[in-house]
Amino acid sequence: MRVTFTVNGTLQEADDVWEGESLLYVLRERMGLPGSKNACEQGECGSCTVYLDDVPVCSCLVAAGQVQDRDVRTVEGLASGDDLDPVQEAFIEAGAVQCGFCTPGLIVATHELLRRDDDPSDAEIREALAGNLCRCTGYEMIIDAVRLAATRARTGVRQ
Amino acid sequence: MEFLRPTTWTDALAAKAEHPSALPIRGGTDVMVELNFDVRRPDVLLDLGGVKELGEWSPSNGSIQLGAGVPYTRIITELGERLPGLALASRTVGSPQIRNRGTVGGNLGSASPAGDAHPPLLASNAVVVAESVRGRREIAIDDYFTGVKKNALAPDELIHSVLLPLATGPQQFSKVGTRNAMVIAVCAFGLALHPRERVVGTGIGSAAPTPVRAPEADAFLSGELPWETRGSLPETVGLEFGRLVAAAASPIDDVRGTAAYRRHALSVLARRTLGWAWHDYQTGAWS
Ligand SMILES: Cc1cc2nc3c(=O)[nH]c(=O)nc-3n(C[C@H](O)[C@H](O)[C@H](O)COP(=O)(O)OP(=O)(O)OC[C@H]3O[C@@H](n4cnc5c(N)ncnc54)[C@H](O)[C@@H]3O)c2cc1C
Ligand code: FES
Ligand code: FES
Repeated sequence: MRVTFTVNGTLQEADDVWEGESLLYVLRERMGLPGSKNACEQGECGSCTVYLDDVPVCSCLVAAGQVQDRDVRTVEGLASGDDLDPVQEAFIEAGAVQCGFCTPGLIVATHELLRRDDDPSDAEIREALAGNLCRCTGYEMIIDAVRLAATRARTGVRQ
Repeated sequence: MEFLRPTTWTDALAAKAEHPSALPIRGGTDVMVELNFDVRRPDVLLDLGGVKELGEWSPSNGSIQLGAGVPYTRIITELGERLPGLALASRTVGSPQIRNRGTVGGNLGSASPAGDAHPPLLASNAVVVAESVRGRREIAIDDYFTGVKKNALAPDELIHSVLLPLATGPQQFSKVGTRNAMVIAVCAFGLALHPRERVVGTGIGSAAPTPVRAPEADAFLSGELPWETRGSLPETVGLEFGRLVAAAASPIDDVRGTAAYRRHALSVLARRTLGWAWHDYQTGAWS
């Protein structure tokens, strides 16, 4: 089947999509957007998180056909050109990236959290990121990165 | 495989009548796991994502008519006061990403004994509204679960909504899992106090082939609670309530826990949720 939907602001078409295929597969294998990672395909790790109509979801759990005429934003759509999103910058500066596999999903989840609330408590950060697993960092630096991005979002300061 | 994308409820029912073997999908949080792992190969997928009315809820005669496709996130943010038991349970489902997509309709569709929406639906006497081209059918929640992952839906029926009486008293939900987020319950318990009727509702998850009530515990507690005086509860009441709840379960040993542990944990959950709910009743504005 053919699926037509907006990805990062551009209308895209995917042809010959198998009906049971996931949005994650379409993004990675058909559209050349490898930012969303495939680790578990069962909603456990969150590394495939994307915005679907502005709501973060696991793209491995969305059937490709379900995004017909809808709007998808991946981690690739957060930076503008060479300018990283402040959340991406904060992850780099805080050392929240080790192997980097979990990073795109965490960036999308963090991005959404800070849009809702630019002064989250640690408990709120932990709850918002509970769907994203990291095998490397132990999470402390990830939480530092979220705090850093939040501070900057509040104060508008970027060093 | 065929992929059907009705945009109206009428078209969805017509599609299900024409393809009774079609697998409905809404949030996809159960269905896609099965497709990704080749557990299932339906000949037709019936995407209910485009049916707007499934994503709506409205007050109806002292109840909330909750569309089968309202995601947990919206139940938490929009219905926390009116349906506190279901909202509490919704908060424990998966992760934000899962709660953004997962629905009560999907939980009922899967009918897993571990479905977290089920204990509060039992405790508050919910009614499942099923529809087909043949018409509408209201299924009392007690008649809905028919076996392990089996439900009372006919092949041509879809769940339209759930009727949930507005809370008239405190409601609680608690579950035991191996960590805070993203766990299938080892066991779960939902409690609703119905002060007007002077009765108690319970629902047990993950401790029997289907979600079940604890009728003897309900009857015992309904009679023991000092509804009128709102006085404090003797410890023996909580202990006996817990014992009767545990006795209503028929758990098994599995990877998540032993039967004996589940019974013990249930008695503790019952006693604790009762303590919280009674405290709410003593201090709250319930009439
Ligand atoms: C990582 C992860 C964690 C999870 N954690 C929990 C948890 O903590 N607690 C819990 O209870 N569940 C959990 N789940 C399971 C799942 O999220 C829930 O069962 C959810 O409620 C399913 O809703 P859905 O809309 O995504 O269903 P779908 O996957 O779309 O459908 C599920 C079933 O219901 C049927 N169905 C859907 N809508 C209808 C309808 N309107 N009429 C008839 N049949 C219908 C489908 O055909 C299918 O059989 C988890 C799942 C994942 C992947
Ligand atoms: S790949 Fe989607 S959650 Fe793990
Ligand atoms: S940095 Fe390696 S998984 Fe998170």
